[in-house]
Amino acid sequence: MPKPKLALYWAASCGGCEIAVLDIQEKILDVANAFDIVFWPVALDFKYADIRAMEDKSIDICLFNGSIRNSENEELAHLMRAKSKVLVAFGSCAYEGCIPALANLTTKEEILKWVYKDSPSTVVTNGGVYPQTHTKMPEGEIEIPEMYEVVKSLDQVVAVEYYIPGCPPQPKQIWAVIEYILSGQPLPPVGSVLGAGDKTCCDECPREKKEKKLKNFYRPYEIITDPNLCLLDQGIVCMGPATRSGCEALCPKANMACRGCYGPPPDCLDQGAKMVSALGSVIDAQETGELEKIFDQIADPIGTFYRFSLAHSILRRKQP
Amino acid sequence: MTFEPKIIGFLCNWCSYSGADLAGVSRIKSAPNLRIIRTMCSGRVDPTFIIKSFQLGADGVFVMGCHLGDCHYAEGNYKTLRRIPLLKRLIKDFGIDPKRLRLEWVSASEGDKFAELVNEMTEEMRKLGPLNLKIQ
Repeated sequence: MPKPKLALYWAASCGGCEIAVLDIQEKILDVANAFDIVFWPVALDFKYADIRAMEDKSIDICLFNGSIRNSENEELAHLMRAKSKVLVAFGSCAYEGCIPALANLTTKEEILKWVYKDSPSTVVTNGGVYPQTHTKMPEGEIEIPEMYEVVKSLDQVVAVEYYIPGCPPQPKQIWAVIEYILSGQPLPPVGSVLGAGDKTCCDECPREKKEKKLKNFYRPYEIITDPNLCLLDQGIVCMGPATRSGCEALCPKANMACRGCYGPPPDCLDQGAKMVSALGSVIDAQETGELEKIFDQIADPIGTFYRFSLAHSILRRKQP
Repeated sequence: MTFEPKIIGFLCNWCSYSGADLAGVSRIKSAPNLRIIRTMCSGRVDPTFIIKSFQLGADGVFVMGCHLGDCHYAEGNYKTLRRIPLLKRLIKDFGIDPKRLRLEWVSASEGDKFAELVNEMTEEMRKLGPLNLKIQ
């Protein structure tokens, strides 16, 4: 019997998800033994044409990481969808936009202007030329993908069977998913989030939690925190209450507040709104003036509460 | 055609909904733009409900609860008191005018205040114009 075919692709991502796959260490050999890897731009030299030449639905599983930022990302999303039986949004970018989607808080024009004209490190030549999708050169016309106005998650462009959250997904969780698939058990219902828990990060966090009554918020550099007590109790904005479990509270264990990369917990539509709800319950103030002062201490609320989930949140972007 | 704002009202069962009821039985006229959803407590109004309302086409969201100290569940409205201003900051960051979200305390005996507030909010939203949210 031929081995099942596996493809891995990266769209608008940093490459961390690919490293996380390799971080399953020697078990990667088991993956190579069990699957025929047909496409993996970061590690193997296959071309897009090779995939186009394949029959539709001939890839058994495609782990697709990265958000949809430009026309190439979108083209490949459609291509991998057509060729794969099971398409998995792998990692926070593909699942919910992640860091690239914070670009949805500004416009394409503002981004290009900053990068190619205004930023101090930019040497402006030719009056600051923006990248063009088509450029004529003596050797012929060259083409680069078109950058889109809005960053999207994978499931906003094509249908997706499963999601594996995390920035990046934890190697242990990745292996658990692969092991499950290899075991030949029936696959979970379409739309499931795999490789994660169904509670919140707080549930896995070993720090001691007390009755929360917050009067002040601090940035991490402003205080020295007690390593045994809940970070939120100590005034650090920790996304734990609004974040899905699955990472075993990696960041809080390393004295860093949860940043929310595993996305919203089950049945929660909007991570940022849930965080507002959670913080509203634990702040200890009633006077408007005092409240506003406390809120002022939360640096960049939208960027903090939606650091990973903006593209997949209800509002998705800043209104132009 | 003139613009008629759509306003979603989350009213607590014990005070504000009764206040709205009183306005009705007292035949106090008020703008018909408020679509009321009754919740057991203003503290039950998850910020998600409010954001979802905007997504589904609301031009404004009005949350009403019992006066502070009068909450049927002792402190539900204190949570609302803290959530709404924080959420206002968040929707402002999303490029939505924070005036589109309003919180007021209306007791069961304040039918006239209810009608006044609804008229005020409706006028405010009429001035701001339709929200026309762009999601993509």
